[in-house]
Amino acid sequence: MIELNEEYCKGCNLCIEYCPRDALEPAEELNEKGIHPPVEVEDRCNGCRLCELICPDFAITVVEEDEEED
Amino acid sequence: MEEKEEKRKVEMISAKEIRDKYLRHDMMPHIFCTGCGIGNVLDYTLWALEKEGLDMDKTVFLSGIGCSSRLPGYIDVDSLHTTHGRALAFATGVKITNPELNVIVFTGDGDCMGIGGNHFIHACRRNIDITVIAVNNYIYGMTGGQVAPTTPEGDYATTAPYGNLEPAFDMSEMAISSGATYVARWGVKRPNQPINSIQEALQNKGMSFVEMMSPCTTAYSRQNRMGTIEEFWDWYEDKTILAEDYEKIEQYGSEEEKEELEDKIKVGVLHKEKKKSLSERIQELIEEVQV
Repeated sequence: MIELNEEYCKGCNLCIEYCPRDALEPAEELNEKGIHPPVEVEDRCNGCRLCELICPDFAITVVEEDEEED
Repeated sequence: MEEKEEKRKVEMISAKEIRDKYLRHDMMPHIFCTGCGIGNVLDYTLWALEKEGLDMDKTVFLSGIGCSSRLPGYIDVDSLHTTHGRALAFATGVKITNPELNVIVFTGDGDCMGIGGNHFIHACRRNIDITVIAVNNYIYGMTGGQVAPTTPEGDYATTAPYGNLEPAFDMSEMAISSGATYVARWGVKRPNQPINSIQEALQNKGMSFVEMMSPCTTAYSRQNRMGTIEEFWDWYEDKTILAEDYEKIEQYGSEEEKEELEDKIKVGVLHKEKKKSLSERIQELIEEVQV
């Protein structure tokens, strides 16, 4: 699961561009900052964590599904 | 098999843990423009620090002036934010007075090659045991996009509206020829190679220089019409070639392939050697002279 810190995100959308599984897409509506933040597409993410590393703004965290259950 | 599985799980540290451990969250979000690669340089450095397991109480970050030189402010560690171009001079002092410290310098292309060029070549010549992470974005980004010593010939800048007439400095070549013992250059798009390279640079006893080619999406991109953020990031990907591939094409490639090499920039670990560092030699001398 991909968690986004909207306070840190600046809307460069590099995560959407470089995701090898197309698991992210721009939100339809603008947020308070005036950007389209990335939102997760359901059942696409395989947890490769590339978006976490490619994000220049430290905004994305990939949480593994089994961690959530604990 | 089970042991291996357990080991793998221990090694998987989450990005949140790294950020909580190293970042000053009260300073975030950082000041860098949308699509700027300097944030990635910081991210990769944090991962390298975590992999290397450096004691943060024995680590000092130094920087000069410029966009990239704001980085130590975001890390929860002791740092020195020095005058323009003088970060390496301060680093020399820190390392020689207290050789136990790990000294890491963040610098930019203007700070390192322009204003602090003299300090840079002498730091390389002396081979002091420091790690320099230089962010090269081809332009003076913070002051409005003036020509830097690394701006490629023919590129536009606010002070070169008809194209830059001056030939550019190659930072990594300069470091090699001045005597640095570990020199690498990477783009920001691929995370793992720079992380490993920064880790190697931290391990190296001597002057280690890692040049990170970071896209300046505000000053350089607008002046040179580089298109959207994604197009600009991909431009770096097309423009660069791995040093190993470069050498193979030079040796065995066809004429066409060799012609293509002319505008390419080599990335990878460009130079590695073992030499005694200045701080080691000073320690040896102290032991020798003391009765």
